[in-house]
Amino acid sequence: MSAAAPMRLEDRLPGRSGALLWVIAATGVAIGPHLFNQPVWVVLTTTLALAWRGGVHLGRLPMPPRWILVLLTVLMTGLVLGRYGTLFGRDAGVALLVLMTGLKLLETRTYRDAMLVVFLGYFVIITNFFYSQEIPVALYMLVAVFATTAALVRLNAGEAIQPVRESFGLAGLMLGQAVPVMIILFLLFPRLPGPLWGMPQDSTTGVTGLSDSMSPGSISQLLQSDAPAFRVSFTDDPPVPAQRYWRGPVFAHFDGRTWRAGRETEVDALPQAPDLERVVTYTINLEPHERRWLLALDIPVSVPPDARMIEDHYLVSSRPVRRLVQYTLASRTDLILEPELSEARRRQALNLPARAAPRAQALAQDWRSRHEDDEALIRTALGHFNEEPFFYTLSPPRLERDPVDQFLFEARAGFCEHYASAFVVLMRAAGIPARVVTGYQGGEYNRLGNYLLVRQSDAHAWAEVWLQGRGWVRVDPTAAVSPERIESGIRAALSGDLGAPDFIRRSLDWGIVRLQWALWRDSIDYYWSGWVLAFGPERQGELLERLGLGRLDWRGMITLMVALVGVVVLVFAAIFLWRNRLPVADPLAVVYRHFCRRLARGGLTRAPHEPPMDFARRIARERPELAEPVMAFTREYVALRYGASPDPERFGRLRGLLRRIRV
Amino acid sequence: MNKTLPDTTMAARIDAILAQLNTVIFGKPGPIRLSLACLLARGHLLVEDLPGVGKTTLAHALARTLGLQFQRVQFTSDLLPADILGVSVFSTERKRFEFHPGPVFSQLVLADEINRATPKSQSALLEAMEEQQVTIEGTTRRLPEPFFVIATQNPQEQIGTFPLPESQMDRFLMRIHLGYPDAAAERALLRGRDRRELVEELPAQVDAPALLALQRQVTQVHVSDGLLDYLQAIVAHTRRPALYQMGLSPRAALALMRAAQAWALVDHRDHVLPEDIQAVLPPVAGHRLKLNESPGLAPEQVTRRLIEAVPVP
Repeated sequence: MSAAAPMRLEDRLPGRSGALLWVIAATGVAIGPHLFNQPVWVVLTTTLALAWRGGVHLGRLPMPPRWILVLLTVLMTGLVLGRYGTLFGRDAGVALLVLMTGLKLLETRTYRDAMLVVFLGYFVIITNFFYSQEIPVALYMLVAVFATTAALVRLNAGEAIQPVRESFGLAGLMLGQAVPVMIILFLLFPRLPGPLWGMPQDSTTGVTGLSDSMSPGSISQLLQSDAPAFRVSFTDDPPVPAQRYWRGPVFAHFDGRTWRAGRETEVDALPQAPDLERVVTYTINLEPHERRWLLALDIPVSVPPDARMIEDHYLVSSRPVRRLVQYTLASRTDLILEPELSEARRRQALNLPARAAPRAQALAQDWRSRHEDDEALIRTALGHFNEEPFFYTLSPPRLERDPVDQFLFEARAGFCEHYASAFVVLMRAAGIPARVVTGYQGGEYNRLGNYLLVRQSDAHAWAEVWLQGRGWVRVDPTAAVSPERIESGIRAALSGDLGAPDFIRRSLDWGIVRLQWALWRDSIDYYWSGWVLAFGPERQGELLERLGLGRLDWRGMITLMVALVGVVVLVFAAIFLWRNRLPVADPLAVVYRHFCRRLARGGLTRAPHEPPMDFARRIARERPELAEPVMAFTREYVALRYGASPDPERFGRLRGLLRRIRV
Repeated sequence: MNKTLPDTTMAARIDAILAQLNTVIFGKPGPIRLSLACLLARGHLLVEDLPGVGKTTLAHALARTLGLQFQRVQFTSDLLPADILGVSVFSTERKRFEFHPGPVFSQLVLADEINRATPKSQSALLEAMEEQQVTIEGTTRRLPEPFFVIATQNPQEQIGTFPLPESQMDRFLMRIHLGYPDAAAERALLRGRDRRELVEELPAQVDAPALLALQRQVTQVHVSDGLLDYLQAIVAHTRRPALYQMGLSPRAALALMRAAQAWALVDHRDHVLPEDIQAVLPPVAGHRLKLNESPGLAPEQVTRRLIEAVPVP
């Protein structure tokens, strides 16, 4: 006897059933999406490895010699190292995993190798989530998991030739049985605060949002993007479109070109909202934007956990928003904000670089000399924007040295940030405390999902002035130039503007069906992000509390999780055992099972398809000392079970014969 | 003990038949036993093997031993149905048509190389086998009792042959192979007398009424519920969708039971055991089953897998 040589896959499985081809195909499906995430050579090399192994299986190609495998492994590791400078981290790690899965498959000879490739395939599938967590990707991954599981089933079908439909059916059944476990793991697996797996931050690179400063042109990039910024569902009716101002960072510092936020001093006391009836409550699902702002309906009167309200009345989270977050807020649209302005804050709100915008300053001082009353002066300023030939456009001319003066007196064309910036400069020059507020304005109401979708293209900037007795009052100079922008949204304001981004113009031409589909798609997206992606530590805690489990720490969650998974496994096991239960009613079968068990203890195992007499004869051959009692018992059993006239009295004798058998 | 038949003479007769057959055909007790069981179960036999391994001798020896009238038909591509069934010829003496019965009107018909004849001639024989009667020119004529057909077929695909379609294969209760004899058996054959002479001298061990009684006895062999469970589990397994090209038909299930009963009788038992089913399954199901995938798999492997897939309850 030679030492147990590893069984070749082709020997173990009937060649034609081609389990290995299934594994190759499933691996191909698993690595497919990485064509978009990884350098082409990574996927190409892996595909070639798969094709080679397929060729070997079909007998067209020889198995690669060992030195080629070693060379390829070293070469590929070197290439990954050269491309990324490391073997760790998301991109390098995934590249290495994909390549090594292909190479492992290439050298697969035994059943064990093939099983390893299948499990590597599951890992490759999960890496797709490192790049995108959108629904199409999730659906694709589901298909990939299905294919890989079918390959797994195929690989373990053993000798019997399994019809294709049966392989897929069994894979589907297994995945179906995994659903309850999946739900339990999803709900109870302890969440880490932060993005999935605490991966490096590059998973959110390229995400846009409001900037922490405002200079000419900073918002126009946002206006080009129709990506969702956040979605809001209201407890009651949503406010009218003209009231949909979503407050983001507030800028009080101006250096002549750029507006910046002040120090993040926390507000002393939250704005008081005595009249509860006029409070608007709503829940926001904020898309990741890499900054710390939390958007809120103007003006928030509550603060979500883990966040603060800054003196200038905007919300800042303690961490950058790197994954979708959900929070519930209350706001008042008619609040007297900061009725008393301290001297220091007043100075801050009037600060203007001396050399900035001399012509604007002169104009403001001219207005001041004609109007004693602040409100009259504001009306004059808005009138100025309205009556003089100012235009609203997303592609304004470039502004050079002194952007405010150039905009006010030469270009006279721009969008919200130009108007807000110029207006605040004018107000400060006239001695009225003023500041710039950035955020979003408007939003598209999705009647299907009952929520308001606010896109990046809804980004907006407006002004706030402080008036004695009225506090900070919102003034939107853009409304003076282009009232449609505020009343009906940016699409209406731009309908005649050739400078509008492509997607906005195209969407104006779209038929109603297209629009409807877009609503559907966004609704699905909304629930996907709200219920799946945003299911972080906060929502998890909230859910457990609502289930009456109180605040569970991770230990409690794991205990509960393991317990519930155990229950699911027991239930399935019970169903399985019940379905496959042996007919206990037949005492004859019970005695025979005792007989078989007794012999099995002595190493004499009956194959399930082995008839009783054949079994007895085999024992008589292998263990002659057992021949007599075993044959006697079996003859009696066979006569009782298959005989023409079974005699019930002989049943007692059968038991006696069983006792005589001692293995 | 239950090992004996109620009628010991029957057991003795069967043993005598088997013993006599084994003196003519050396080293093939299995196929001989199967062909006797097939005959006792009132089934027809298809012998698939190379020329010269003793198919004709087996048929001839069976006929002599069982006291049956024997006819051999060599199937060729120009064989006509009338050559098998018989023909009416105008007799000038008696001034009327007279029927000249064909070779099918014998108790044991050897249809040699059945796949060389055209499908038309093949089906003439196969219909006669099924109906136990022949209708020629409007007159229905019963075939003799007992009636037993042994057809032989060369398994190698040859030019100008017409392999029997699956539906017609179903008419044969069993399909067996003889195979080459082992060295000792072949030596005995070479040393022994001429087979043809030997067969001519064989005495009949039973007469027609005794043979019919044996055939009746087969149906009396007890089939317990436990055994039917097993038989039905096997049949059900072949009907699992997509596993086989076609499952075993109810006719095949009945054939399996009859063959197992006959096998039990040949083994001197009055009841059927799972062993009997397993013994007759390859010849009974081998030509009726085809796996869906890998149609190239040998029938023995298909039936072996079937046996191994179904546990004995």
